[in-house]
Amino acid sequence: MKKIVSLFCLLVILISCNSSDDSGNVTEVSTTFKFTHNWDGALIRHYNFGPIQYVNAHGETIGLERLRYVISDIIFTKENGEEIELDVYNLVDLTNEVNTEYTPNTRIPIGNYTNVSFTFGLDNEDNAKNHTDLNSASFNVPEMMGGGYHYMQFDGKFINSNMEEQGFNYHAIRAVDNSGVNPTFPQDTFFTVNLGAIDITNDVEIEVKMNIAEWFKSPNLWDLNMYNQMLMPNSAAQIMMYQNGQNAFSLGDVFQ
Amino acid sequence: MKKVLTLLTIILFSSCSKDDSGYQPAALPLDVPEIFSNNIIPPIIPTDNPQTVEGVALGKKLFFDEILSSDGSKSCASCHSPQNAFSDNTPTSIGVAGVAGFRNSMPLFNLAWNYNERFTWTGRELSLERQIEGPVTNPIELQSNWDDVIDRLQNHPEYPELFQLAFNTSTISKDLVTKAIAQFERTLISANSKFDRYSLGQASLTQQELNGLDIFLREDKGDCFHCHGNPNNPLWTDNDFHNNGLDATLTDLGLGVFTGDPNDNGKFKTPSLRNLEYTAPYMHDGRFTTLDEVIDHYSEGLQNSPTIDPLMKKVAQGGVQLSDQEKADLKAFLLTLSDPSLLVNPDFQN
Repeated sequence: MKKIVSLFCLLVILISCNSSDDSGNVTEVSTTFKFTHNWDGALIRHYNFGPIQYVNAHGETIGLERLRYVISDIIFTKENGEEIELDVYNLVDLTNEVNTEYTPNTRIPIGNYTNVSFTFGLDNEDNAKNHTDLNSASFNVPEMMGGGYHYMQFDGKFINSNMEEQGFNYHAIRAVDNSGVNPTFPQDTFFTVNLGAIDITNDVEIEVKMNIAEWFKSPNLWDLNMYNQMLMPNSAAQIMMYQNGQNAFSLGDVFQ
Repeated sequence: MKKVLTLLTIILFSSCSKDDSGYQPAALPLDVPEIFSNNIIPPIIPTDNPQTVEGVALGKKLFFDEILSSDGSKSCASCHSPQNAFSDNTPTSIGVAGVAGFRNSMPLFNLAWNYNERFTWTGRELSLERQIEGPVTNPIELQSNWDDVIDRLQNHPEYPELFQLAFNTSTISKDLVTKAIAQFERTLISANSKFDRYSLGQASLTQQELNGLDIFLREDKGDCFHCHGNPNNPLWTDNDFHNNGLDATLTDLGLGVFTGDPNDNGKFKTPSLRNLEYTAPYMHDGRFTTLDEVIDHYSEGLQNSPTIDPLMKKVAQGGVQLSDQEKADLKAFLLTLSDPSLLVNPDFQN
């Protein structure tokens, strides 16, 4: 009797822990994206916020006050070109260190993926949806500026050319012209971040590194004296953010 | 084997059965307004303090009862009066000894949607239940001590039975008192302003009110929305903490007192803009008597300090420099956030 009960329990445990799907051929694993942040290699945590201590490429000394951004639509590309797209989004909040680790509910098959990518911000379809959690986080963009959501809210202070502390609001949104009843959109400013190839053999933690300094670096050398506040309705500034952001993310450590 | 299975079945079912006494207070889920369910995530109700009919009724009685104060002269409602949207009309509230406190009484509504669960101007209390503990023993406010309060309640002709109904015990404790009041306070929901009805397609705004909304939302004008919400966040607060440029020299450190982080000095909780019409005076110390003074502050009166929020615009010029017409328009919009039904709701009256 004891053996039967033990065998039954073992069977239940094995069934509940088996990560294979019903076909029995494909092992599926979880993926966790760990978002870390640095300033040209120096790790930045929320407790580094406040003091004016980082120097951007243009030479202004800056301090960080608030950094939140959305990533969405994670795509795993197989060797045969087939894509597994996770229609998800995650609001990373470094200010409060919330959602800096994100595990999508969907598990993916093990395999050698030639690219793992995600969207910085929200594509136009996702941006037009009503996301109650993003509303609750006051991440909206007003309707007269096209509606939807911020892609990134990055606030801080810098020492301006008069040697005074001044605030900046580096807020990335969908570039918009003619703010008002009928706004127009000169170009899309969400973009794809390609992390490169990852051979996934087990449950995996993928580090996504953001070099915050890159937002000020290239191809547009960012002069905070010129572009500091009220940048949301400034489509030229938005397009420069879009261009600079392309270099901000990279693949870090992969643990599995 | 059959006996083993029978035994397992009995264990399984017995572990799922309800309390033996049979009596359960009647559940009373919050009535979530349409404007909230359409736009924001659900309210936060602690798992160890579910809303019940009896708990809310008890909490309401306690909220209006002077029995919580040392001399029987003040209740929660003394500083959180329904006609002031559960705030009061003095710069800082007056306690039992007639002494003024240090901070303006915060209005009480939509508290279950305070997602970070940091309460008070300084965020020092990490749940509504804990927030309720403080004023009872505060030497300026109700000036009581909990042992005395519990004695008075326990020896009261009605309260032991009311606690029995609400919590299945007639043994009164600080924990249960705060739970009951928190249940009542979570029912104080404000979502029936003119702007709410406008958002639901049930009312229209005047041109001046629409102009004011435009100023509120424009980053190159008022830029109020980054801290105070927007039509998609009908709480009209981000529930966060900011230094909004009130003082060049910080004497009241606000959130910094609680966190010990100098970067938090001078930061205070963003109050909701709902019901401004009823909650004067304004700011954490009640320094502004009128809404016009508040708008003037953001337009021309900002004071720079080391922790001023970078969302404050044009600090060197004193603020966002609104014209008189823009100020009037902005005020007209802000008054559309008034919800007079909150003030007269019979469920919220003594």
